Amino acid sequence: MSDQAASAVSQAIGLGKHVTGPAGGLTILAGLNLEIYAGEAVAILGASGSGKSTLLGLLAGLDDPTDGEVWLCGRRVDRLDEDGRAELRAGQVGFVFQNFQLLPTLTARENVLLPLELTGTPDAARRADEALNRVGLSARAGHYPRQLSGGEQQRVAIARAYAPRPAVLFADEPTGNLDQTTGEHIIDLLLDLRQETGTGAALVLVTHDPRLAERCDRRLRMHDGRLEPLA
Amino acid sequence: MNAWCLTLRLLRQDWRSGELYLLSAALVLTVAAITAVGFFTDRVEATLERQGSALIAADLALESSRPLDVRFADAAQARGLRTARTLEFRSVVMGERPQLVLMKAVDPDYPLRGRLRIGEALDAPDRPVESGPPAGEVWVESRLLRLLDLRIGDSLGVGESRLRIGAILTDEPDQGRSFFNIAPRVLMNRADLDATGLIGPASRVTHRLLIAGAATAIDAYRDWAGSRLAANVTLTDALEARPEFGSAVERASRFLHLATLVTLLVAGAAIALASQRLVERQTDAVAVMRCLGAPRHLLMRVLIGRLVLFGLGASLIGCLLGWLGQAGLLAALADWLGTDLPPASPAPVLVGLATGLITLLGFAVPPLIQLARVPPLRAIRRDLGTPRVSAALALGAAGLALALLILWQAQDLELGLKLLGGVLATLLALIGVVLLLVRLAGRLAGRARGVWRLGLAALTRRPGAAVLQIAGFGIGILALLLLAVVRVDLLESWRETVPEGAPNYFLINIQPHEVEPLRTFLNEAGIATPELHPMISGRLTRIGEHAVEPSDYDNPRAERLASREFNLSYGTEPQPDNRIVAGRWWSQGAEAAPQFSVESGIAETLGIALGDELTFWVSGHEVSGPVTSLREVRWDSFNVNFFVVASPALLRNEAATFITSFHLPAEREAVIAELARRFPSVTTLDVEAILGQVRQVIDRGVLAVEYVFLFTLGAGLLVMYAGIQASLEQRRSEHGILRTLGAGRRTLLSSLAVEFTAAGLLAGLLASVFAEATGWLLAEQIFELEFGFNPGLWAVGVLGSGLAIGLAGTLATYPLLIHPPLRALRGGNS
Ligand SMILES: Nc1ncnc2c1ncn2[C@@H]1O[C@H](COP(=O)(O)OP(=O)(O)OP(=O)(O)O)[C@@H](O)[C@H]1O
Ligand SMILES: [Mg+2]
Repeated sequence: MSDQAASAVSQAIGLGKHVTGPAGGLTILAGLNLEIYAGEAVAILGASGSGKSTLLGLLAGLDDPTDGEVWLCGRRVDRLDEDGRAELRAGQVGFVFQNFQLLPTLTARENVLLPLELTGTPDAARRADEALNRVGLSARAGHYPRQLSGGEQQRVAIARAYAPRPAVLFADEPTGNLDQTTGEHIIDLLLDLRQETGTGAALVLVTHDPRLAERCDRRLRMHDGRLEPLA
Repeated sequence: MNAWCLTLRLLRQDWRSGELYLLSAALVLTVAAITAVGFFTDRVEATLERQGSALIAADLALESSRPLDVRFADAAQARGLRTARTLEFRSVVMGERPQLVLMKAVDPDYPLRGRLRIGEALDAPDRPVESGPPAGEVWVESRLLRLLDLRIGDSLGVGESRLRIGAILTDEPDQGRSFFNIAPRVLMNRADLDATGLIGPASRVTHRLLIAGAATAIDAYRDWAGSRLAANVTLTDALEARPEFGSAVERASRFLHLATLVTLLVAGAAIALASQRLVERQTDAVAVMRCLGAPRHLLMRVLIGRLVLFGLGASLIGCLLGWLGQAGLLAALADWLGTDLPPASPAPVLVGLATGLITLLGFAVPPLIQLARVPPLRAIRRDLGTPRVSAALALGAAGLALALLILWQAQDLELGLKLLGGVLATLLALIGVVLLLVRLAGRLAGRARGVWRLGLAALTRRPGAAVLQIAGFGIGILALLLLAVVRVDLLESWRETVPEGAPNYFLINIQPHEVEPLRTFLNEAGIATPELHPMISGRLTRIGEHAVEPSDYDNPRAERLASREFNLSYGTEPQPDNRIVAGRWWSQGAEAAPQFSVESGIAETLGIALGDELTFWVSGHEVSGPVTSLREVRWDSFNVNFFVVASPALLRNEAATFITSFHLPAEREAVIAELARRFPSVTTLDVEAILGQVRQVIDRGVLAVEYVFLFTLGAGLLVMYAGIQASLEQRRSEHGILRTLGAGRRTLLSSLAVEFTAAGLLAGLLASVFAEATGWLLAEQIFELEFGFNPGLWAVGVLGSGLAIGLAGTLATYPLLIHPPLRALRGGNS
């Protein structure tokens, strides 16, 4: 294990992703390097189809790289088996998706409870209520996702992502389905909550909106299967 | 967190969200049907057996020409069985003149099964009574009163006693056993017998010991007694005493089992459709849970645990409904079943629970296993789609579950295997043909325009889903058509095995010289000339080189047959209700070489094979020939039939009497009296009573089967509903998109109508083909009934299904069109 890998929450070394489909091969990522440190917020920008979601999936151990190494909280993700990754995800990783992905059969509160129960957190109920309270949705705790607006659903998703106090939170276009004002509010929440969780979670934010990206500590642009820094 | 906790919580939440309603409806229905039929069949079989018992007035009867050893009665009583003794003999009674009668002296408990009926005056209506005549009294047939000019209350000389005529005997349950007599019947109390002095050491008396009681005790007693019978004692039970009755009972129980199986299959299809839908709806949820770090084994435990819990719950409700259902059925058939039946055993509940779980696991576990494998990546990449269920796994598990259930329910390995083969072949053919048809619809869609294109393309866009849906519709309609086939064709032809004009009189002991005069007599009486069959008795002495000894057979029935005289006949053509099942009937008519044709059941019992040389001892010499054919005989046709028929060459020269049967309407009974006068040596047997009993079995059996088919009907409707629901999900968002693109309601509605009608037509076509094939197979292979092809069925099947499914599908999806498109896009449920 390298020292760098130890201090970075999430790290990719020489990462490559190549897929072969019926229409031939496609290299999405090639020789990509990335380090993300605790507490920092990193924005990833790039054209549609440039491979941002693919990168996120690889960093979170949702998919296997074709080349290179992926490290998460000091462990090499691409060498772990599925259950090892699940365990890692359960404790250290949070997700916020473009289309919210709340479980439709669970209420807002139950959605927030779910990851806490999966990790067997002792004071799950209290923490879920706190998280909902923090995103301003205590009053809607008993509502089902379909009874909530898009922005409200995304706030529940953020509460769900932060409630287990993850080391790193991946957000793939969290504002993509929302209007601008709501979007900014969501980004505020994401950035604020990051500091409040106490562990100083890192945030990896994929977005098309340069104004939202401005508010992050670092901005990277996906291009030709690699990341390049943006001023 | 604890997997159980999560399981329970998810189950509760799924239930609240309504995702499980369809699946639970399918499951509850299956289990209810199985349980109801289980409870009910037990009781019907018990009732039928008891009705059979009525025909010998007991569950078992021991019969001998000598007094029976008392230990037989003692052993029965020791087992808690009831007993009654009867003695039957011919005697002469004295009124103004002597009259030959058939006397039966009975214990007060007689009859143990069935009822006697008596009347108080010649024209008074009769009524059932619980026991035989009290001491000092006789009950007589009305004929005797007429013959001797006597009235009730007069006394009758019976041997050295005089007994009072207490009532007119109108019905004896076991009368059929002794029909070889035309002498009027007289019933007396056994206590009076000694005083009459009628029975001496040399008297010819048939002694019977009647035994009745709980089925298990009866079985035990049968085993015990079977090995201790002296050569002159025979043991009879009800169903074999009257083969025509036994065969009706067997059919009734087959029909009931078949109805259950069909329900099971159809409901299985509904369960398969419903669980597929459940998987589709839960894919996202599972992907998200995996993203949140739920390990696969936990998910699997949770998913399967939830399924099992849910299955148990639904099965329990099903059992309860099943129990209620059978209670309703019992109430409906109360007059027939009576109220004194033993309470239903709890076994059907276990069977119901097991069936529910096996069906659910077999059909729903493969999709769930796939579900647990949903890649977490799907949470960010929706295009990864629903996990594909491996066809081998799905078919394997469902096939295994089906095989288990069918073999178990059929309770007969051969029948089970046949059914299983049929079902699997049908399913494969169904899926294959649907695939083909869907492709064809795809071609058509390519050429079509507008709503036609939209509608047909909807069918072909997701071939897997369409195949499942159409197969589901097909199975539903198949079930409904099968109901029609079974109701209209099979049950009707079952009724027709005992048609209105079935023979109700048998004439036996016709001497050769009486054949022609009798024929003329019957002709003049307006009775269609019946065939007169020669009858020769012979004892079977050898099968091949092997001498037949009753002691060779372990099977008591075979033992009895081997020790008994056979009634042999000869002829040139097989009886119309016989079916050759092996070998060939002789074709050269009267010129055919010496040979035998044997009834297949008795051939099996005695171990006679095609080609065996049989030797009979006939009036003092041996007669032998090879067996060249085996026949199945429809005993419930009430025609004259023989276990063994020879070619004329073998038996033509033996001394024979003749036998015939014919139908005589009740109002023309006078013909019989005239016949008895003109042909005094001919014996007339009236089988109207048994005919009535068999008809009753059939009528009630039909009613019971139709009741069970109500469950099948429910399952059929459910599977079609499931088929429509299956597509509702995908359609919701699709229609949202189409509508935002500006498709008008009318366009969408028409395309829906096109799609569902096309699916309905395809399903109807398939279902009609399979219903006819199944009906034919069932009739020929299982029920041995006639089957006629039914063009009306096709019209109704194809057009009706197109119309019904087109309408139902369109109506069911219509609400999608009235809601604003936004709600559809947001995936709202309401
Ligand atoms: N499994 C796969 N098979 C084939 N092609 C793939 C696969 N995964 C990703 N791709 C392709 O790789 C490219 C990058 O996809 P990705 O979803 O990462 O892009 P993105 O940057 O997130 O785009 P967007 O901004 O539109 O979300 C796309 O062209 C996509 O079609
Ligand atoms: Mg993307």
